[in-house]
Amino acid sequence: MSRERLIRRYGAAERINHWIVAVCFVLLALSGLALFYPAFFWLTGVFGTPQLARIVHPFVGVVMFLGFFRQFFRYWHHNFITRDDIRWMTSVKTVLLGGEVGDTGKYNGGQKGMFWLMTGCMLVLVISGIVIWRPYFAPAFPIPVIRVALLLHAWTALILIAGIIVHVYAALWVKGTMRAMIEGVVSEAWARKHHPRWYREKMQEAGHTEGGAPARQGKP
Amino acid sequence: MSLQSQDILRRSASPTQPPIAREHKVEVAKLIDVTTCIGCKACQVACSEWNDLRDEVGENVGVYDNPADLTAQSWTVMRYSEVEENGKLEWLIRKDGCMHCAEPGCLKACPSPGAIIQYANGIVDFQSEHCIGCGYCISGCPFNVPRINAKDNKAYKCTLCSDRVTVGQEPACVKTCPTGAIRFGSKDDMKAYAADRVEELKTRGYAQAGLYDPEGVGGTHVMYVLHHADRPQLYHGLPEKPAISPVVRLWKGFLKPLATVGLAASVLFGFFHYIGVGPNRADETDHEEDKA
Ligand code: HEM
Ligand code: SF4
Repeated sequence: MSRERLIRRYGAAERINHWIVAVCFVLLALSGLALFYPAFFWLTGVFGTPQLARIVHPFVGVVMFLGFFRQFFRYWHHNFITRDDIRWMTSVKTVLLGGEVGDTGKYNGGQKGMFWLMTGCMLVLVISGIVIWRPYFAPAFPIPVIRVALLLHAWTALILIAGIIVHVYAALWVKGTMRAMIEGVVSEAWARKHHPRWYREKMQEAGHTEGGAPARQGKP
Repeated sequence: MSLQSQDILRRSASPTQPPIAREHKVEVAKLIDVTTCIGCKACQVACSEWNDLRDEVGENVGVYDNPADLTAQSWTVMRYSEVEENGKLEWLIRKDGCMHCAEPGCLKACPSPGAIIQYANGIVDFQSEHCIGCGYCISGCPFNVPRINAKDNKAYKCTLCSDRVTVGQEPACVKTCPTGAIRFGSKDDMKAYAADRVEELKTRGYAQAGLYDPEGVGGTHVMYVLHHADRPQLYHGLPEKPAISPVVRLWKGFLKPLATVGLAASVLFGFFHYIGVGPNRADETDHEEDKA
């Protein structure tokens, strides 16, 4: 019998929330890089014209920040870093070769590290973004402060972009992960391999240790 | 002020060389002799008149400075400083505005291709139709000169009357100055003239008289003759050693190649990792057996 057993990982609200943040991020990264790299100035075209890109970027930034803020409060309590996570992080080599390290819960060490990196970057980006935002807020700050904010904004954006490249790659590399954020479910096999402790928790929650999946209703 | 030109030394956010057919163009300079300025503001008026600018009528804030600051509609402003030197009151008056730096911080900071250009003759000019209103030029400028216009969100500043200079005329302020305190010509001539002025001031007891042509920005195309060249800050905070801020240099310099390498490396690593190691799959069939 090859019927796939599925476990719910993200609800509809969580998925919508995630993709709002993701779409905003891509628009922000493209329009921001356009200002950062002269040769990519044409990327301001994602918002129509260079002037529009300059105007719209910060507003999209606020939407993204609010979206991320919501995500932060959904997930922060899953992201405390434990000794196991440190072990995971120091064993990247094994991980990169497809091995598993430790009895991973809902998130592994890499995912938790990424969570806090994103949180830090988002905070720096929104604060520095407001400091450099013309014509509304920048005039209220002294020029030396604006200079530092510009440097931080560009720097943090680049760190976050590099981080998101890793985030996206990890989701593409570990097969069955995209489904978690698109359909909301993962296979049992996926859960047992990558997140064994979370898998057992789910099984217990569902009140049975074998067979039936506490999955979404309807078709698998 | 947009001019058709093939004599462009630098162009903002442009990785390749802009047209520079006549690199041999003579470098020009405006020399402001602070020691012969009487503070009449004729130059301020001439500037508004030639450039057809209409600043709002402001309020008197208790000093002669009026308007109180540079604005998008006031590209030059007289600054009045009362200082005590050698037991005497000295009224130091400085015509403030763009210095037309040889290494312009505004141009370095600008992200929009061609929104700021530097002509071969040294004039730094904003090409307003390419301006996106980000205000980076304000952060780049060591002299706090550019101002954004609230009506169109574009940055403005003194053009050194690039339109007049192209057709062989001096800037409007120079033409108007009733005492001859503002001169215009080749940078070499202006330096020679300034040297004479400095000599004379020295004979009149201003031992520290000198020319303000700060090296930190590669020299400027607007220069001052100062009685107290050792302390330019006396003149309404004229910076002693202006230079593009190291923060701006870091942002516009070192960070870019570093970022390029970092981003390219993460993408390439991902690509070759996938090709090399292959996808990470959970075996969907194994648990059927061990369940049994
Ligand atoms: C969180 C809220 C954010 C706000 C309020 C914000 C605001 C701003 C502002 C005001 C600017 C100056 C240009 C303009 O006025 O449009 C800017 C530039 C920029 N932004 Fe953002 N932004 C935010 C998020 C982001 C994100 C998530 C990224 C990319 C991952 C990003 C990347 C950039 C880059 C690369 C620049 C150009 C910096 C440079 O020219 O060196 N921003 N941002
Ligand atoms: S004084 Fe400021 S605005 Fe003028 S050329 Fe120098 S950096 Fe640019």
